[in-house]
Amino acid sequence: MSETIAFKPETLEKVKQIIARYPEGKQKSALIPVLHLAQKEFGGWLDVPVMDYVASVLEITPIEVYEVATFYTMFNMQPVGKYVLEVCVTGPCMLRGSDDIVNYIKEKLGIQAGETTADGLFTLKPAECLGACGYAPMMQLGKFYHENLTKEKVDEILELCRQGQIALD
Amino acid sequence: MSKKLLLKNAHIEGIRYFDTYREHGGYQSVEKALKMTPDQIVEEVKTSGLRGRGGAGFPTGMKWSFLAKPEGVPRYLVVNADESEPGTFKDRYLMEFLPHLLIEGMIIASYALGSNTSYIYIRGEYAWIPDILEQAIDEAKKAGFLGKNILGSGFDLEIYVQRGAGAYICGEETALLESLEGKRGNPRLKPPFPAVKGLWQCPTVVNNVETIAAVVPIIDITGAEYAKIGVGRSTGTKLISACGNINKPGVYEIDMTITVEEFIYSDEYCGGIPNGKKLKACIPGGSSVPIVPANLLLKTASGEPRYMNYESLSDGGFATGTMMGSGGFIVLDEDQCVVKHTMTLAHFYNHESCGQCTPCREGTGWMYKILKKIESGQGEMKDIDLLWDIQRKIEGNTICPLGDAAAWPVAAAIRHFRDEFEWHINNPECLTRNYGIAHYADPLPVVEKQ
Ligand SMILES: Cc1cc2nc3c(=O)[nH]c(=O)nc-3n(C[C@H](O)[C@H](O)[C@H](O)COP(=O)(O)O)c2cc1C
Ligand code: SF4
Ligand code: FES
Repeated sequence: MSETIAFKPETLEKVKQIIARYPEGKQKSALIPVLHLAQKEFGGWLDVPVMDYVASVLEITPIEVYEVATFYTMFNMQPVGKYVLEVCVTGPCMLRGSDDIVNYIKEKLGIQAGETTADGLFTLKPAECLGACGYAPMMQLGKFYHENLTKEKVDEILELCRQGQIALD
Repeated sequence: MSKKLLLKNAHIEGIRYFDTYREHGGYQSVEKALKMTPDQIVEEVKTSGLRGRGGAGFPTGMKWSFLAKPEGVPRYLVVNADESEPGTFKDRYLMEFLPHLLIEGMIIASYALGSNTSYIYIRGEYAWIPDILEQAIDEAKKAGFLGKNILGSGFDLEIYVQRGAGAYICGEETALLESLEGKRGNPRLKPPFPAVKGLWQCPTVVNNVETIAAVVPIIDITGAEYAKIGVGRSTGTKLISACGNINKPGVYEIDMTITVEEFIYSDEYCGGIPNGKKLKACIPGGSSVPIVPANLLLKTASGEPRYMNYESLSDGGFATGTMMGSGGFIVLDEDQCVVKHTMTLAHFYNHESCGQCTPCREGTGWMYKILKKIESGQGEMKDIDLLWDIQRKIEGNTICPLGDAAAWPVAAAIRHFRDEFEWHINNPECLTRNYGIAHYADPLPVVEKQ
């Protein structure tokens, strides 16, 4: 993909609007929002050429992009499946059975934590507290939370994913 | 009796939208505030006794009065919506259901502080909430409450929402500012404090979402009236996000005069423990505050009932008390294993350490490894002392308080549940499921701080 990495014109417009939120010369502040846009537009993860492109868009050095991209857990440094199941496993969720949910997903999909199914559809990514502790167990899928999970609900979600019917954005 | 200031209109259909919010008295505090001087607003907030709702409980009016005001240098208000402390989900509730309350509070606070550009830094995972906030901002702008010359007062304000990307440490205010500048979330050495050198080295106030929302009722009813609610230095109302083994998890607004017992067992709040189980322990202020066993939770060491406020929760210090923290109230029933719960928290802090300080970076990793060893049935008695030793070496020896936040839960778990660690070492069969010993129905005697 290295030859022609470029944001769509409407994304570039968005980048411009984001940069305008900050004072003159502080466009580096746009880095995290722009990395979110890049990850979304270029296949769900941040390959080196993508990061280099972001650096050129923001007129900063590539290393400034790498060090930020690798710091934040929401940026994927490896390819991921189409659906990244981010199940919270921190204490409050554990108290309400997140272990069972994680194990159930592992069993159903035949993958371990951090792995992607062979068909490239699902990645299981255990997550730390997502601010939904009262509605545990829960997972994040794309932009949205799925809360008060049960095995039945997990089945439903996986099925909706397979049918391409789940809202990610 | 519950007294609601922040959530009083939360149940109203459509309150998320400007028109409905306005019909129910919304933005009247802005109209009132813009007729006051900025200093008068700071005074009102001082009088109210409002304390920061982000966790540390620092008096908000005082924080505002520390803001440096050098000529010709912009000042900033940054709202901390990073909300990543395990057990805490109250700010999310405010932003999802009452976005205009936050915007209204930000207008007043920005006017008081002289900030013409204010930011909301929200954790990246709350990915659908920026849309809600941005819609509220657009609506407020169309109605003349944002933008240039608001209500003819001559005051200009723009508000922007910035998403993080998954890093608990960015809730720490200087890490947040670094992140907002497009960098790794490495906390800064203090001083200088943000009030002097904050965002882009300009004077900055960082406040929690709930803190800023509370400014709206303060202006509405006056600081003096606000101060009459609650007790002592715990004035006003507090949002508590309750989770774990309770019948009714959720976000509650409390007047800080109720007892912990009422909060857990009354139907108005948590509604008791499911399945007739007994209360074992609680972490009342988000995962960073000390866990306390049931007997010390409901009553202080001197036998007084414990109340849901800053002073009462911390009564007895860390030997027998805990903290109000962020109000993330985590309840453990008799079936829960303290070792396992503490292990998940140790994993959390290790995962979230930014890595700048050796004691935090290495210590959190060691604590997790040792807890994992004990939890998986491989522990030895000397591991407990080793854990204690490690947490002591972290506490107080780091750039930011994440080190302390990682150390305290481990210290408190050992302090109050040492026998459970021992039991775990002697009874590896516990590993079939996360069942700890269920003896906290009969409270253990208080263990003195070692
Ligand atoms: C590791 C760490 C994480 C924190 N996370 C948050 C957070 O998510 N939200 C928050 O408001 N404050 C958080 N704080 C506290 C902030 O540093 C700061 O004190 C607070 O935003 C000030 O606002 P307040 O005075 O309104 O409470 C955190 C502090 C530390 C040390
Ligand atoms: S205490 Fe931990 S999180 Fe805080 S600055 Fe040091 S290494 Fe980073
Ligand atoms: S512990 Fe899972 S959302 Fe908070």
